[in-house]
Amino acid sequence: MTVSATGCAVAAEQSAPRVVRNESGQREVFCGLTGIVWLHRKIQDAFFLVVGSRTCAHLIQSAAGVMIFAEPRFATAIMEEKDLAGLTDANIELDRIVTQLLTRRPDIKLLFLVGSCPSEVIKLDLSRAALRLSQRFSPGVRILNYSGSGLETTFTQGEDACLASLVPELSLARTSEDSLLIVGSMADVVEDQFIRMFDALGIGPVQFFPPRKSTALPTVGPNTKFLLAQPFLLETARELENRGAKRLAAPFPLGVEGTTGFLRAAADAFGIAPAVFDKVTEPNRARAARALEVYRTELAGKRIFFFPDSQLEIPLARFLSRELSMQLVEVGTPYLHREHLAEELKLLPADAAITEGQDVDLQLDRCRLARPDIVVCGLGLANPLEAEGITTKWSIELVFTPIQGYEQAADLAELFARPLVRRAKLVA
Amino acid sequence: MQLTVWTYEGPPHVGAMRIATGMEGLHYVLHAPQGDTYADLLFTMIERRDKRPPVTYTTFAARDLGGDTAELFKSAAKNAYERFKPQAMIVGASCTGSLIQDDPGGLARALKLPIPVVTIDLPAYQRKENWGAAETFYQLVRALASPSAPAPGTARPERAPGVRPRCNLLGPTALGFRHRDDIIEITGLLGKLGIDVNVTAPMGATPADLARLGDADFNVVLYPEIAGQAASWLHRIFHQPFTKTIPIGVSATKEFIVEVAALAGVDPAPVLKAAATRLPWYSHSVDSTYLTNKRVFIFGDATHAVAAARIASEELGFKVVGLGTYSREFARDIREAAKLYDVEPLITDDYLEVEAKVAELHPELVLGTQMERHIAKRLGVPCAVISAPVHVQDFPARYAPQMGFEGANVIFDTWVHPLMMGLEEHLLAMFKDDFEFKDGAMPSHLGTGHAAPVAERPAEIDAPAAEAVLVSATTETTTTAAVWAADAEKELHKIPFFVRGKARRNTERFANENGVATITVETLYDAKAHFAR
Repeated sequence: MTVSATGCAVAAEQSAPRVVRNESGQREVFCGLTGIVWLHRKIQDAFFLVVGSRTCAHLIQSAAGVMIFAEPRFATAIMEEKDLAGLTDANIELDRIVTQLLTRRPDIKLLFLVGSCPSEVIKLDLSRAALRLSQRFSPGVRILNYSGSGLETTFTQGEDACLASLVPELSLARTSEDSLLIVGSMADVVEDQFIRMFDALGIGPVQFFPPRKSTALPTVGPNTKFLLAQPFLLETARELENRGAKRLAAPFPLGVEGTTGFLRAAADAFGIAPAVFDKVTEPNRARAARALEVYRTELAGKRIFFFPDSQLEIPLARFLSRELSMQLVEVGTPYLHREHLAEELKLLPADAAITEGQDVDLQLDRCRLARPDIVVCGLGLANPLEAEGITTKWSIELVFTPIQGYEQAADLAELFARPLVRRAKLVA
Repeated sequence: MQLTVWTYEGPPHVGAMRIATGMEGLHYVLHAPQGDTYADLLFTMIERRDKRPPVTYTTFAARDLGGDTAELFKSAAKNAYERFKPQAMIVGASCTGSLIQDDPGGLARALKLPIPVVTIDLPAYQRKENWGAAETFYQLVRALASPSAPAPGTARPERAPGVRPRCNLLGPTALGFRHRDDIIEITGLLGKLGIDVNVTAPMGATPADLARLGDADFNVVLYPEIAGQAASWLHRIFHQPFTKTIPIGVSATKEFIVEVAALAGVDPAPVLKAAATRLPWYSHSVDSTYLTNKRVFIFGDATHAVAAARIASEELGFKVVGLGTYSREFARDIREAAKLYDVEPLITDDYLEVEAKVAELHPELVLGTQMERHIAKRLGVPCAVISAPVHVQDFPARYAPQMGFEGANVIFDTWVHPLMMGLEEHLLAMFKDDFEFKDGAMPSHLGTGHAAPVAERPAEIDAPAAEAVLVSATTETTTTAAVWAADAEKELHKIPFFVRGKARRNTERFANENGVATITVETLYDAKAHFAR
């Protein structure tokens, strides 16, 4: 409900300070627990136990669409009145639940105790619980904790908190050889493409974090250089830096330009000759650019409005404006990590209206007034906007779909083209 | 603490949202952190509502906890009033909101808004969604209808001659299972009886409508889980009688007609005589013979589960082998009904327990909620949905009530459709070796897209989660000293997959009870004869 437009020290293409609107008020975004929906699939032997309320359980099940019912690797320890009233010792209760769970699921190798709003408010110390339970279940099961509480995390920040809690578990890299670490969840198929690309460039060894199995955690040390594949990993990056690893400044691998910048940062750090880089990447760049052409005709000049959601908004806006010639009406993002996004902000048009934070009612007013051609927003807003005649794209799909890398550049563009094509097709 | 994988009900404030979202001109200000805004998608995505729920969340964050969250609540309530101009407001807190003890009711009163503001206190760590909906509706009715309550001790005035009787329809909410269409069906039925609907609430009602609930002669309670408490209060204060029969199924609809006709003082005979329903004839027609004693497992909210059991047994000729509910508040209704079918009532909100029960009972049809749809899919059993919680496909584009005579038609179609048709079942059994009749063949009218995994016996399910649970739950039935001889095992595989699990279980039980160590082809047929129904 307060708005301030300040000239922040964010470098734009021209050296003029970039204006970022800061807004606070009702935030229509998920909390960090939502990250469990993809993390429990990414790390295949991990289990996520939320310590929270019935609301937390209902949130994850609703965000997951209730459709991915096959053997969920997450659950909620629902706190009840007697836990809050101090009639039962929350720690004893938690031990009982974890024992019950691990007995039922002997395949679990890594268990995350995930803090929630209520567990934060009653100050339930999950780090001590994790330590105590780790001792009991070691070496079969590793037990860690992080907070997915909406008081502290917004949507994708849950992945950040999860990965940050894993960093201290990574073994020290013992070699003096430089290695590359790619940080942030991506689809397995995308990782495989990047592995082939780094191979061709002669960059290696390459590790991914999070890994597909908790027993195959990457190593980290002073010779580790890491690339962030996702823009929401502030704490994880900080933890990795604490372990001596060095972050390579790069744009995020969305679109041809972003992917090239991402790969080039690694190539430069590993001393790969520019000629080699061009030779290796050129065929893929050309192929991706060709695939994008059809979508450029559909999307060029179309006006797009982003509601804050996944923190992917800035890189997406950069891709859509530079590679598909879309016009940015407003780019809302829950947080603007100026350091991690520095390379992105250099590329983003200087006059792009960035909003950090949210007052959803005011933002809806601006959106209705601007009548953009397409709006990127969460599931709570999409159908109401469609009913008002405004075309929308669910932002959550951008987190669940393989969109990074050259081969997915056109798929990413298609996600924005499809709602427009659909609206044009429907006559009734 | 309670370990929960999936929940049948959300927290109680989601129940309050179902009331607010169903109504018009009401706004809900909820003291809650940002994550709680997920609840909007239940309405905009699952129910495909074209408007945002009328809910303002304060979305307080960690940094606010050290500051003034009370001030945050007040400004949110004030802004919501100014922006949405509702006729009335409800205020409350979600589970986290209630822990910070800001007293939303007191804060809202301090704003002195020129509209009724009703405080909804919901014990988030004790109660659940349906309770929250019932409590919210009751508090709203009480607050808004009280001013027009008759003085204690005054009798209801007689209806003037020539004036048509009027009733209220109570209980339908947003996100309810077919509430949208039940209202139309029952309003039409009442119209045929010469009864007008005064107010339908909460769905579609404004706060001003709630204030005139007392104008009706009696109340029709469509969903006791939601309207029971409010109807009791209206009975006490306004002396309005209310209906007890839930008009789901042909017999229940007829009884409902008789009940409302008595309350309204009209003649039910013409409407009963003109009853247009195809269910009884479809059930009597010879092609339905194969439905006889199909084993059906039923789970849902108490109202729908009890109604489904009666229809299944009396109107379709199925055999009820399991009956349960997740609504502990209505456990008694289920226990009573379970006695009629001689089954053990299952009162639980633990999804894993329900799954284990379904696996153990080997039903041929599951009637349940969205959860049972997934259980059934996993076990390869046909399923139809009869109760909330439901998913997007249970808000069909077509008119599909559950109540009244058309509801009975819909139920016949919905429940029979997933089953293999009688002659097809026979052909499968007779020509087991036909190359097109491979294991797992589904009813041909459902196409290959519906092919479900074969779950011959629970322990063979390859999902580790299910396995771990199911094995422990079915130990008694699957632990056996008897071993299968190769030829008997081969013979067993000639039995269609959808009854093979039962055949295997029965044969093993027979072998155990008779001290047979090796199950031969003869044992298989001995058991078949023994268990022949």
